[in-house]
Amino acid sequence: MPRHLDIEIKELKDGILAMAGVAEAMIDLTIQALNEHSRPKADQVHILDRTMDEWELKLDHQCIDLLALQAPTAGDLRLIASSLKIIPELERIGDHCCNIARRAPFVHPPILSESSLERLGHETRGMVRWAVDAFIGSDGGLARTVIQADDSVDELYGKIYRELIRLMMSDPLCVERASHLILVIKNWERIADQATNIAEEVLFILEGRSAKHTYLQDNPPI
Amino acid sequence: MLSPNTPETKPIKLSVKDLAFCYGEKRVLDGLTLDIHAERVTAIIGPSGCGKSTFLKCFNRIHEVSSAVKVTGDMLIDGVDIYRGGIDVVDLRRRVGMVFQKPNPFPKSIYENVAFGPRLFGVNDRASLDLLVEDALRKAALWDEVKDRLKESATGMSGGQQQRLCIARALAVNPEVLLMDEPCSALDPIATSKIEELILELKKTLTIVIVTHNMQQAARVSEYTAFFWLGKLVEMGLTERIFTTPRERMTEDYITGRFG
Repeated sequence: MPRHLDIEIKELKDGILAMAGVAEAMIDLTIQALNEHSRPKADQVHILDRTMDEWELKLDHQCIDLLALQAPTAGDLRLIASSLKIIPELERIGDHCCNIARRAPFVHPPILSESSLERLGHETRGMVRWAVDAFIGSDGGLARTVIQADDSVDELYGKIYRELIRLMMSDPLCVERASHLILVIKNWERIADQATNIAEEVLFILEGRSAKHTYLQDNPPI
Repeated sequence: MLSPNTPETKPIKLSVKDLAFCYGEKRVLDGLTLDIHAERVTAIIGPSGCGKSTFLKCFNRIHEVSSAVKVTGDMLIDGVDIYRGGIDVVDLRRRVGMVFQKPNPFPKSIYENVAFGPRLFGVNDRASLDLLVEDALRKAALWDEVKDRLKESATGMSGGQQQRLCIARALAVNPEVLLMDEPCSALDPIATSKIEELILELKKTLTIVIVTHNMQQAARVSEYTAFFWLGKLVEMGLTERIFTTPRERMTEDYITGRFG
């Protein structure tokens, strides 16, 4: 017979999966809004942000109830404590999507090669999906893959950033669009950080050791 | 709270090596080896019948009222084996006090309950006894509640007060170790909270070993937790680690309620 706590933890994980699904939908719409310079798609991203906020309140409440009423320990405690950190990471991903999407109408006509900007969006999206899959599937290997992938996103961000600076210096007519794009790529880079944070929480849930600030640890899990 | 990054500064007070305990043919404890640090609270957890209470009783040889018992292995207090010849059992029980699950005051006055131990050890003058009784009742956080009715019967006190009186009775003979066998299982949450606060206060000078079925109580009051199963030690470590990242699957299953 399953414990009542197991049923409640499954409900919590299902809720986080649903919230992550909304986050992924927001990322997809954001990529499309950027590609198509589409204000309606950007508006849809903003509408979904409200759903994210509602999920955050609901899931926070579920976690607090579980802590107060079930007094979880060991693996259960780690999962609920980490959920309390994963939920705001997902909510922040939604906020970053809004920040990107609202700039979509202002980056036309394109000044960057579309492929590099699109690649940044897709790599970031992949990290979010893997991080959520690692959480749901208790997959430490996948979580480590996410953490490693962050370097690639950081590198791509740096490359595009330098290209935008070069464009601004060479053509004053690019400055407004480049300024918007600098904020766009910064927000993509932050979403990748959020995915990394989720992956670090997954490692903590599974292994009981913090994967954060590894330079401060003698025996870090990564 | 002790954490894995904090080095232990307290010396080992109780040391158990390969302890086995048999009731007739039945082996209740088997191959127990562990150390208990001075001025720390060590919680013993485990399912009913796993030998927790028996283990506690071994520390002051209170089980010796039964002749069918056989104990092998070493149990040392401050490096001295309490099972070797020449140990004064009465003095051992003064040094190692015990509080039981159900409060068991003597059917005497509050004062006489606390004075009982010191009288046994030869303190008879009234002034000294008055001082000892007041000191023990203060240490047990009971003085303010009973100072005006010391002559009243102890059996008229509430359950929580009776349990603190039993702690005062144990403290009156100035023990070094206090064994507590589920001391709050018969108490309401307020009385439980008072006992837990008392434990945290007493550990400043005493070594405390507590058996409890209440996981949260073990987590709240102890620095170390030992998990017993079928008379064996499965895992022992810092309470903070045991309750967040136990090493043994069996420990995890027990403290998260998946056992059985």
